[in-house]
Amino acid sequence: MEEKIKVKVKFFAAPREALGSDEMELELPAGSTVDDLINTLQERYPVLEAYTRFLSVAVNRAYVGMRTELHDEDEIACLPPVGGG
Amino acid sequence: MKHFEITSAPLCVDDVVARLVHPSVGGVTAFVGVVRGETGGRETRYLVYEAYPEMAEEQLREIGGEIRGRWPTIREVAIVHRIGRLEIGETIVVIAVSSPHRQETFEATHYAIDRLKEIVPIWKKEVWADGEAWKSEQTKASGGAEGQG
Repeated sequence: MEEKIKVKVKFFAAPREALGSDEMELELPAGSTVDDLINTLQERYPVLEAYTRFLSVAVNRAYVGMRTELHDEDEIACLPPVGGG
Repeated sequence: MKHFEITSAPLCVDDVVARLVHPSVGGVTAFVGVVRGETGGRETRYLVYEAYPEMAEEQLREIGGEIRGRWPTIREVAIVHRIGRLEIGETIVVIAVSSPHRQETFEATHYAIDRLKEIVPIWKKEVWADGEAWKSEQTKASGGAEGQG
């Protein structure tokens, strides 16, 4: 059986509203990268397609690149362009 | 008292400045961001701010670290940002920078608000009489031009 990891994914602002959910758990094949996760999300939730190319991603609260490998129990945040203040 | 905080409670400038008071401090510069009643000629009803609070507080702390690296005489930095629904005139963010002498506090405060808009996971939704939109979506639509706010 293929080895799996389980991750938590958080959503904010416009993509959160489009999705109608601020958080989900997802199972991915071990060795999956941020890029793989985004592709999986787009396939399952086509409504996210309008947002994914503008997203930054944080893993365990630090910005990461799209090729970063994910690990079991990671907390991943899909961050649309920020703009506080 | 926390120096880097995301809160849904109303902000008080004096309270944030008081977090930096120390006998070695001779000056505190504070930037106070407030909700403006219009943007680009369109009347704003209110704003809604959302954050990824745990990461946002870490990023604010990071900005504090960057400031101390750039301006070694800066003694302390505090940045407090409010989230939730904010009415016109309410305080969105307070940035306070203390130093024995005033000179560098101005530059450091300017740096802090610019960095906050770049790296801190906070989002703003503008609500008008006839609609609403997240700032990030408007920025995208206008080709990534830097917004004001």
